[in-house]
Amino acid sequence: MGIQVHGIGKRFGDFVALENIDLSMRTGALTALLGPSGGGKSTLLRIIAGLEKPDTGTVEIDGADATRLAPRHRNVGFVFQHYAAFTHLSVYRNVAFGLEIRKRPRAEIRKRVNELLELVHLEQFADRLPAQLSGGQRQRMALARALAVEPKVLLLDEPFGALDAKVRKELRDWLRRLHDEVHVTTVFVTHDQEEALEVSDEIVVINDGRVEQVGKPDELYDRPANPFVMSFLGPVTTLDGQLVRPHDIEVFTDPVGDAVPAKVTRLQRIGFEVRAELGDTGGWAQLTRGQSEALNLAEGANVWVRPAPGTTRIPAPRQPT
Amino acid sequence: MADTVAPVTRPVPAPHSAREPARAARTPGSLVLRGVAMVYVGLLVLLPVAVILYRTFQPGLNVFFAALDSPEALHAFQMTGIVALSAVVINTVFGVAVAVLLARYRFWGRRLLSAFVDLPVSVSPIVVGLALVLVFGPTGWLGPFVEHHGVTMIGAKPGMIVATVFVSLPLVVRALVPVLEQSGMEQEQAAASLGASAVTRLRRITLPTIRAALTYGVVLSLARCIGEYGAVLVVSNNIEGQTETAPLRVGNLVENELNYNAAYAITFVLIIVAFAAILLSAWIRRRRRS
Ligand SMILES: Nc1ncnc2c1ncn2[C@@H]1O[C@H](COP(=O)(O)OP(=O)(O)OP(=O)(O)O)[C@@H](O)[C@H]1O
Ligand SMILES: [Mg+2]
Repeated sequence: MGIQVHGIGKRFGDFVALENIDLSMRTGALTALLGPSGGGKSTLLRIIAGLEKPDTGTVEIDGADATRLAPRHRNVGFVFQHYAAFTHLSVYRNVAFGLEIRKRPRAEIRKRVNELLELVHLEQFADRLPAQLSGGQRQRMALARALAVEPKVLLLDEPFGALDAKVRKELRDWLRRLHDEVHVTTVFVTHDQEEALEVSDEIVVINDGRVEQVGKPDELYDRPANPFVMSFLGPVTTLDGQLVRPHDIEVFTDPVGDAVPAKVTRLQRIGFEVRAELGDTGGWAQLTRGQSEALNLAEGANVWVRPAPGTTRIPAPRQPT
Repeated sequence: MADTVAPVTRPVPAPHSAREPARAARTPGSLVLRGVAMVYVGLLVLLPVAVILYRTFQPGLNVFFAALDSPEALHAFQMTGIVALSAVVINTVFGVAVAVLLARYRFWGRRLLSAFVDLPVSVSPIVVGLALVLVFGPTGWLGPFVEHHGVTMIGAKPGMIVATVFVSLPLVVRALVPVLEQSGMEQEQAAASLGASAVTRLRRITLPTIRAALTYGVVLSLARCIGEYGAVLVVSNNIEGQTETAPLRVGNLVENELNYNAAYAITFVLIIVAFAAILLSAWIRRRRRS
């Protein structure tokens, strides 16, 4: 159930956009497709929606083969990065669109649209045109429009990508709460790892047309399958031939067990955090201001460093020299 | 409109609109340009129109109305009406179809089609007419075929309508393509995923999006259809009382019958119609911008 994708491949000319993708997205879950720009996330989402045809492979929605189904028969809600609002229709008519073309009774449409407008906090904007809304409001309208037809799955392509950081954060929390209320199988595309880690039940990391790893946010964070996944989920540095997270590096002023010696070549303060560049190791450590002051760190200081016990580390990829 | 909904903070437009005001035309360069423009409009547009106006009404209103009331003139106007209206209907349907095809689909031969649509703009209408005669004339490639199916193209209305469509279709297509390209496909894709069929998408999304541009293009093409001379001249065989349109009538009156008064009267009516069409299209354009 949910969405099953088998052996999906897609080329644009000679360019391989997706290669043999196998995925399964659980019913009722909120799944993030995470990856760098050009990785093929949108292409995969559009294939699931039927807006793009795969060269190979099949798509199953709720147990039924949808590979050859036209978008309008798939019963998916699609939310575009740039809203795709129907510019000539009011907010109300936008949301009502799917119900109107299904020829539902007027009273039922009115009831459902008003419910949805309330859900997305746009009740008082029902008579406006999309051009008279802010970006965040437009995106909430697009979401209500997609939800109106009670889709089996909801697909969102970087729904908050065009919004500023603050609105983005608000909407992402709101999406999570909305999902907990509505419980529709949801897949959303993002290239923001924080967004994916914070909102989703499951993350699919896609890079270069391939799936790098699938898992719950904590699994991905604690047990990244490869250097790519680890470095995509947050800053990393190398220490002693291993990829580690800078905030997982312990810094000592005296030799300790397996710690390696290093020299602080640069000390930079950014708000509450302090970055210590460890010149000779090529890495850097992230400390809090308190830690840095307790250690009395200064540029030129000799220190000993090691990854804190039990933290995530994987062999670093060989650097081209 | 905005006062029926709860007030929100929206930037109030500055009293002087954001559009940059044209620079006051005081510099020597702009004076020269203004002079050139005035000479151009004066010599090439206003003066001839004034002359026609003068010559139309100089012999008196009786002569004017008598000229318009002749059976040949009435028939010519009728012919122009039939041909122009048929062509405009075809332009509207085909214009939308071709524009959607060009703007929305990538297919083999797309550039060729695009160039082909524009061809009548760059080629003399007489050549368009001749090409049609070569294809549909009695000895043309397809002439005998269509004749066999009971359609006479050359020297009859069907050919005149086709010729008129040829020269005026680009006006509709070129008005629509940029609007379609600019609005993108996402609204239609959103409608599709909401369950809209192709017909519903066209009717509820595409047509409303291009409505203003379509009206503008159709009005322009109407003006062109009414005034078309060259292509229709060649295709119609120019038979008085049968295939003679108003512009052909003007030509015949001047060249064959040397009846200038009647020619001026018809010309005057054509000018008024064209002027009305241009005013209408300008009004539409202005409304679309606001
Ligand atoms: N219609 C198309 N024609 C040609 N190439 C395309 C087309 N659509 C996508 N591509 C290519 O396929 C690759 C994957 O594109 P896609 O839009 O799926 O990436 P993405 O992961 O969504 O990236 P982003 O985060 O930038 O949106 C890109 O390199 C893109 O250039
Ligand atoms: Mg994308």
